[in-house]
Amino acid sequence: MPTYHLNVNGSQKMVETEADTPLLYVLRDYLELNGPKFGCGLAQCGSCHILINGNVATSCTLPIASIGEAEITTLEGLASGNEKLHKVQQAFLDEQAAQCGYCLNGMVITTVGLLNKNPNPTDVEIRNALQGNLCRCGTHSRIIRAIKTAAKNL
Amino acid sequence: MTTLHLKSRRRFLKNMGFISVGFSLLGSCLEVEDPSMATRMDFEGKLPGSMGHAKTVNAWLEILEDGNIRVLSGKVELGQGIRTAIQQVAAEELDMDLEKVLVHLAETGRTPNEGYTGASASIQNSAMSVRYAAATARQELLALASKKLNTPIDDLLLYNGIIKSKQSRKSLTFAEILEGEQIEKEVMLPIPIKDYREHRYVGKSIPRPDIGEMVRGQPTYIQDLRFPGMVHARVVRPSGYESKLVSMNGTGLIDEVSGVLKTVVKGSFVGVIAEREHQAIQASQYLKNNSEWTSAKPFPESESLYDYIKGMANAPETVKNEGDVAKAINSVETVKSIFTKPYIKHASLGPACGIAMFNGDVLHIWSHSQGIYPLREGLATMLNMDPDKIHITSVPGAGCFGHSTADDAATDAALLALEYPGKHLRVQWSRQDEHIWDPYGPAMITEIEASLDENHKINSWNVEVWTDSHSTRPNRDAGTLLAARYLEPPIQMKSRGYLGGGHRNADPYYTIPNLRVNAHYYNGPFRVSSLRSLGSFANIFAVESFMDVMADKAGQDPLEFRLNHLEDERAIAVIQKVQALTSAQNKEDGEGIGYAFMRYKNTDAYIAVAAKVTVDKNNGNVGLIKMWAAVDVGEVINMDGLTNQIEGGMIQAASWTLKEEVTFNTTEITSTDWIKYPILKFSEVPEVEVTIINRPSENAKGAGEVPVPPTAAAIANAIYNASGFRINDLPITPEKILKS
Repeated sequence: MPTYHLNVNGSQKMVETEADTPLLYVLRDYLELNGPKFGCGLAQCGSCHILINGNVATSCTLPIASIGEAEITTLEGLASGNEKLHKVQQAFLDEQAAQCGYCLNGMVITTVGLLNKNPNPTDVEIRNALQGNLCRCGTHSRIIRAIKTAAKNL
Repeated sequence: MTTLHLKSRRRFLKNMGFISVGFSLLGSCLEVEDPSMATRMDFEGKLPGSMGHAKTVNAWLEILEDGNIRVLSGKVELGQGIRTAIQQVAAEELDMDLEKVLVHLAETGRTPNEGYTGASASIQNSAMSVRYAAATARQELLALASKKLNTPIDDLLLYNGIIKSKQSRKSLTFAEILEGEQIEKEVMLPIPIKDYREHRYVGKSIPRPDIGEMVRGQPTYIQDLRFPGMVHARVVRPSGYESKLVSMNGTGLIDEVSGVLKTVVKGSFVGVIAEREHQAIQASQYLKNNSEWTSAKPFPESESLYDYIKGMANAPETVKNEGDVAKAINSVETVKSIFTKPYIKHASLGPACGIAMFNGDVLHIWSHSQGIYPLREGLATMLNMDPDKIHITSVPGAGCFGHSTADDAATDAALLALEYPGKHLRVQWSRQDEHIWDPYGPAMITEIEASLDENHKINSWNVEVWTDSHSTRPNRDAGTLLAARYLEPPIQMKSRGYLGGGHRNADPYYTIPNLRVNAHYYNGPFRVSSLRSLGSFANIFAVESFMDVMADKAGQDPLEFRLNHLEDERAIAVIQKVQALTSAQNKEDGEGIGYAFMRYKNTDAYIAVAAKVTVDKNNGNVGLIKMWAAVDVGEVINMDGLTNQIEGGMIQAASWTLKEEVTFNTTEITSTDWIKYPILKFSEVPEVEVTIINRPSENAKGAGEVPVPPTAAAIANAIYNASGFRINDLPITPEKILKS
């Protein structure tokens, strides 16, 4: 089985697995990260979102062989140190923008990706950026509020 | 046992005019000023059903050596925030800091058996049981401390885990008072509970601690549970409900997929176990591609579903009959409408997951089931095992909104773990299996015929409801568990489940002299079970759409027409509130506002919902601009938690109303993923505004299901208001609007 060296949340990880293993399974099953979630395996729901070089990516359909040296950031890698949350995480917490919270990884990661490019998004830009992220509990209005709070605090 | 003289003590406290102070301030000033004890009132009402089998304090609450207390509840966390609500009521009655109250949810053999977490009943059952147990614990601790400190109870202060004598200044911790014992006293009326006017936590917006864990990516869900040496499995589901395995050729599997540990075939139940999750997925796909199944019974033509349902239904049963509907309807001109609602999915964002480990004696299971004790009964029957040898621990999954697939994933894991003992075995369902095998909320037809009297008030109202079962939740009938139906010999479901949910809220809460509800039960072609609010969603969509039709007929404003048929002040208050919330709204061309009201189950929470929409007559598109709700659940436990439930319920129900429908052809279910079963997306979500009327002196009622039923009618009424098109067939799609 081939071996891959991944750059995950600032550290080097070595994984031995089949070339077609989607990155999501590598992150969860081999590296024991919890942020990215399995929601569909079809790139339809956004639960598995991660950042690759600061851009939002769908990890459930991305084969490990395609990653190379790219910088992978998961939800766990957003906070600086153990204590301080990223402004986006803090805003979701402050606005209590979750019910079951299963979509929350994708919402936070997608927001970080959005604010990396557009630190002051309009309501429409926020909704467009999150169009690929599904929430079944209906916490959308809180999520939009959290994103506006985060943008203000960045 | 010391007599507590509660009534005299209460009077004393009242006469002293003490004001409750925040205990968190006390740490620094304990030496200078004693905290005052809040006033308590005797609760003499009915104890919750959950206390029927768990009567003693220690069934609900344990005093720990480290100064914390542990509350035990048989309910499960579904993202509705029940853990926090339970923590609040316990901390309130025992005057503890919130963080000193630990909550242990649903574990067989450990927590009370509270059946299922559903029917918006966790607050009135579990949280209230904890309240009464905590209040009784307080009483008992004071009585014991009074003896130990040799001082009357009036001299004692109880706060944050200690009891202290005002005179002697001596104090004891709860643990010192109990000396390793727990409180085995039975909870009995009357129970002195804290006066709501002095609540520190209850009724406030207390943040949920689990959201902090979620934003950090800490392990929260069953999907995040990992055990040393854990193996992964997937189940190869049949090609249709009644399909049987004809043959399977797994000879090439090991060469094709690495890490495969075992293939399990038990009749038509097929599972494959591998070292890694992705290997299990690939192995299950290989086996699926190399297996042959008998074909299943054909489904009806989807275009004629409702005729098919009517054709197969039992003779109607009259479930409500007041006055003389037949006579009233025969004597006057009536109005009649037919409303239909398709099969709808739970469509949880996280497909089901189950973990099991058989150690040769006990079968341990971790599940996001909503009812771990009933699941245990079903598994015990299916596996022919002693229930005491099955141990189930509840772990949160993604929000599921009723009986979805959690129990089935736990069953899969149990069957496979028994075939692979000594290892923790994790079964993760695929998105497609979740969408196909989910027990759907059943399709329904609600027909209403009604008449007005000479004063433009409703004189007669007849409802005919066609409904399948609204709960096939696990119980000792093992056929409730999906996998059981494919074992050899197969175990089919014996009962029809809970039919009564189908006519929930079919009888309007309005004052109507002649009222009849007939229920036509059918046993339909799809697997069904409970989905948020059961039959109320279809019935309130019908009742509240029809109220607008009747208001038109009477030439009255829709809200005034409703108010003319209500006597209950609380019902009137929510309608007037939503009227006030929307009174300043201007409507542009193509925009409309619609309203709907409900008292859930006609006995629980009150809600009025308003929706503002825009309808594009050229393409039939509906835009949701804003939705409002005014809600009265009686006593509020967590203000923000309640608001969150109402906001989310309106948005979810808006998705059901405008988009959702299980699709199928005669051979298969075709809505197998998020593209083929779309739900509301960010671009389509309205702004939501929720107003809560808090009535702390009224009984607390659950809220989870409450916003769902009136949302559909409010939207349909708004579409009518905007366009003049009335759509009675859910979902309200652009095609149906264009056809109008």
